[in-house]
Amino acid sequence: MSPRRTETGGRIDRLRTIRFTFDGARYTGHAGDTLASALLANGVTLFGRSFKYHRPRGLLAAGVEEPNALVTVLRGEVREPNIPATMVEIYDGLVAVSQNRSPSLAWDIGALNQLGGKLLSAGFYYKTFMGPVIGPLKGTRFWMFCEHFIRRAAGLGRAGTAPDTSRYERMNAFCDVLVVGSGPAGLMAAKAAADQGARVILAELEAKFGGSANWSGETIDGASAADWAARIVGQLEGNDNVRLLPRTTVWGYYDGNTLAALERVTDHKEVPAKGEPRQRYWAIRAKTVVLATGSFERPLVFPGNDRPGVMLAHAAERYANEYGVLPGERIALFTNNDSAYRSAVTLKKAGAAVVAIVDVRSDVSNEMSRLASQAEAELLAGHAVVATEGGKAQTGLNVRRFELMSGALSGDERSIHADCLLMSGGWSPTIHLASQAGARAIWNPARQAFLPPQPTQRWIGAGAFTGSFSTAEAIAEGRAAGIQAAGGSASSAPLPVVEAVPGEPDPAPVFEIKAKGKSFVDFQHDVTAEDVRLAHREGFVSVEHLKRYTTLGMATDQGKNSNVPGLAIMAEALGKPIPEVGTTRFRPPYTAVSIGSLAAERFGDLKPDRLTPMHDWHIDNGATMFAAGLWYRPMIYGLAGETVEQAYVREAAATRESAGIVDVSTLGKIAVQGPDAAEFLDRVYTNMFSTLTVGKARYGLMLREDGLAFDDGTTWRLGEQDFLMTTTTANAGKVMQHLEYFLDVIWPELKVTVTSVTDEWAGAAIGGPKARAILAACVKGTAVDNAALPFMGIVHGEIAGVPVMICRLSFSGEMAFEVYSGAGYGMRVWEALIEAGKPFGLVAYGLEALGTMRIEKGHVTGAEIDGRTTARDLHLDWMLSKKKPFIGSAMMDREGLIAPDRLELVGLIALDNRALDGGGHIVEELDAENPHDSIGHITACCYSPALGKYIALALVKGGKGRHGTRAFVSDPLRNRFGPVEIVSNHFYDPDGSRMHG
Amino acid sequence: MLITCPYCGPRDVIEFTYQGDGNRERPQPASQDLDAWNAYVYDRLNPAGDHNEIWQHSGGCRAHLRVVRNTLTHEILSTAFARGGHKSAGHKAGGHQ
Repeated sequence: MSPRRTETGGRIDRLRTIRFTFDGARYTGHAGDTLASALLANGVTLFGRSFKYHRPRGLLAAGVEEPNALVTVLRGEVREPNIPATMVEIYDGLVAVSQNRSPSLAWDIGALNQLGGKLLSAGFYYKTFMGPVIGPLKGTRFWMFCEHFIRRAAGLGRAGTAPDTSRYERMNAFCDVLVVGSGPAGLMAAKAAADQGARVILAELEAKFGGSANWSGETIDGASAADWAARIVGQLEGNDNVRLLPRTTVWGYYDGNTLAALERVTDHKEVPAKGEPRQRYWAIRAKTVVLATGSFERPLVFPGNDRPGVMLAHAAERYANEYGVLPGERIALFTNNDSAYRSAVTLKKAGAAVVAIVDVRSDVSNEMSRLASQAEAELLAGHAVVATEGGKAQTGLNVRRFELMSGALSGDERSIHADCLLMSGGWSPTIHLASQAGARAIWNPARQAFLPPQPTQRWIGAGAFTGSFSTAEAIAEGRAAGIQAAGGSASSAPLPVVEAVPGEPDPAPVFEIKAKGKSFVDFQHDVTAEDVRLAHREGFVSVEHLKRYTTLGMATDQGKNSNVPGLAIMAEALGKPIPEVGTTRFRPPYTAVSIGSLAAERFGDLKPDRLTPMHDWHIDNGATMFAAGLWYRPMIYGLAGETVEQAYVREAAATRESAGIVDVSTLGKIAVQGPDAAEFLDRVYTNMFSTLTVGKARYGLMLREDGLAFDDGTTWRLGEQDFLMTTTTANAGKVMQHLEYFLDVIWPELKVTVTSVTDEWAGAAIGGPKARAILAACVKGTAVDNAALPFMGIVHGEIAGVPVMICRLSFSGEMAFEVYSGAGYGMRVWEALIEAGKPFGLVAYGLEALGTMRIEKGHVTGAEIDGRTTARDLHLDWMLSKKKPFIGSAMMDREGLIAPDRLELVGLIALDNRALDGGGHIVEELDAENPHDSIGHITACCYSPALGKYIALALVKGGKGRHGTRAFVSDPLRNRFGPVEIVSNHFYDPDGSRMHG
Repeated sequence: MLITCPYCGPRDVIEFTYQGDGNRERPQPASQDLDAWNAYVYDRLNPAGDHNEIWQHSGGCRAHLRVVRNTLTHEILSTAFARGGHKSAGHKAGGHQ
């Protein structure tokens, strides 16, 4: 038997033993344990080291708000840091380690920071890293150096570097009623809404539904609250219109009643089932939300309140009742309200000795006095704890008389021997989601708490969330909220009957006991009451400034324990009431959210890929694939031992020598059809298309409304009213939207439809001196000679029995043809072309060779049509029709767009015979030490097999005027400097004799 | 944010593409009035409150919608087809669902 496990009781499965390790030591626990409860049962009291001072810390809480006991969970090489041990369900083989300690939790060298505590007070970073203003270490450089070590000493868990191999999913869900939280209020709301026939989602961040019912020890309808809750959950499970989401934290409340939730699907499993994701991100659109998120118990602020053994009262109650674990043998309580008395009784029943109840109120009700006697505890009314004793575990505490009105301490210190001190500083409703939904919380002086505001979105609150802390109220409000959310009318049916320990909900307005020693407000960020006052003395009086200066509430727990006490101390320092000091608004996420869950299917094996019909052939033939957006395209078909450059030079040279073939299926293809199709194209393109004859293609250029170049491509006239437009691969979607916008919004009178047919057609471009002979060898049903298929002509025929459409156009500068077939037959046509090409030395080439040949020809692509260049800049002004207006025509002649110093397209030849790099700048005077006065930059570069030189395209001021002159490339990032000659962008076959044949 | 498409019903905003201020007037194609073109291409209203916008249901029926949206609350006040410029023939969205 574990040292602290009770003989009986708890909701754990004592028949199932689970083995796990913490900091390398082996432990056992039971099914239903969290890492926190299992370690506590094993007698572990030391769970972590604090952020700045490396103080030993134990468990403060039992739930999601735990600030101290943060652990790192290891799965193979993957580590997930900063998880509260209270939220880790144990499983066989769980490996968890503590954080922020070196070499071990018990012997931590960083604890020396406690000696320098004064130096590390609020604003330490800001004050220190300004750096000395005089002397040899002037400036911030030295401090930047020190910062590295200081940041390492202060901190939380360490992130891993191994890739996260887990799978994540994203789900969209719609419901009538989303219930957040499954305590008695949430369960009643879900049940009532489901009974009305509403579609209900019930989300509970813990593994078990029931919330406080699992540990309150109360009786509902004659059964234990936990059994009552289990019964309601059983009823909900049988309901088709209810979805139960355990282990699901609703972490964001966005506009339109859209909520974000994270379901931890397999974090509690040793091995996930096949196909199960690690976590699932839920985007939930709810008609109405019921917020039944409960409340957090607040710590009291007094010296030594962070010592291991000091715990929130309800947390101890929960460990005893839900997990069958006693947090101590001799327990004292310190409270400003009635709720701790129930905790005392519970722990007494569970087998602990309750030695004292220290209550700041001198006036304690008779009922509470009776509860104290029931717990056999000495009641010290009108007293306060002023110190705790012990090191890594608590041994005792000291109390003094306390005057409620003035906060003054008097009399001698009395010491009490106890290994555990439970505190209760009142309760704060968990209003995070309501705050995110857009309204400011309202301070309630009786409850000493911020209560939720009037809803600004469609939500209804219920239970402790609204400040109604009793279970009977929670049940009544929950049912009413559920019925209202589902659109039903109020019920007069009897409510479940609750038998509970008595107690008033309002605490005494005491947050801090001012005595000598460090009193912690924010446990996770090591912010003390004195830090808050220091910030005030230094002039940080706004709550937003206070937060940033002291980092109060800015740790991973986002101040779940500390916001209200911190604010109360600030208010006192300012001499203002709390509501005038204000509260900070809560932002999403409520708890930490893994990046993986947000990326979900956009990453890894669920990410969509676009593959061309010939993809498998490319892979089988040794292509190195290149991701272009979602598409995969062959970059090179490398031979063994070839570099990338050797491969593309070979492919390009072979194409110009005999023939080459390239997969162009990724080009955007849009069918433009209808009686006004030609008129529409005249408006969209800068050049005329209405004059194009059927069976011919034309190169077209589009501008944006502002007159800058947008996209280019060929458009084929297949019939009087039938055009096939091609776009660049990257702009296919944008061009489609552009056309749709004009047809739908600007020119609805045009009778034209546009249809994206990119995926319907497979395309192969075959070019080179032997290209025509290859086609002639395999095409049936049409001639392909100059008469039948002139430059820019289109014919229809068959290859390998597949109907094809062939257009004679050239990007490579060679005699070339684009062969289109139905996508399903793309591979068959491709293989037939390859086969027919064998006797002619046909090679397949990839994007690199494609780019090389287009650079040699001086054609533009997206690298030059970069959203800043005009048609004139690219020497495409011959395409600007003067006979008609077109999109961009009115704006393209503005002063700035026709200025003589604009960057214009030119060619470059490296005079030092070394490779150039895209993005390198061009200068008139080379000055590697102090590069200056760029006259342009390189857009694309390659080794040109046709010229035997390293060449590039560039955008350079003055453009044509510099042809034949010398300049320099200046690329300090890659340390590439050297002379270049500026030439025409048409490097190769400028009169086009090769492609015209 | 949900936008009620007249064809497809209430759909999440991720299905839509914002296509800009719906108050712009495109000059006649042959117009040489640079000021009018400048206003059309560059000037945008940026109200804190109700705003006339064009949205395309790009992840659905691909229709362009004229949407009145409150820029402070993201409430959608009305949606209608942008086609034909029926600015006033508003389909009332079913509240801010």
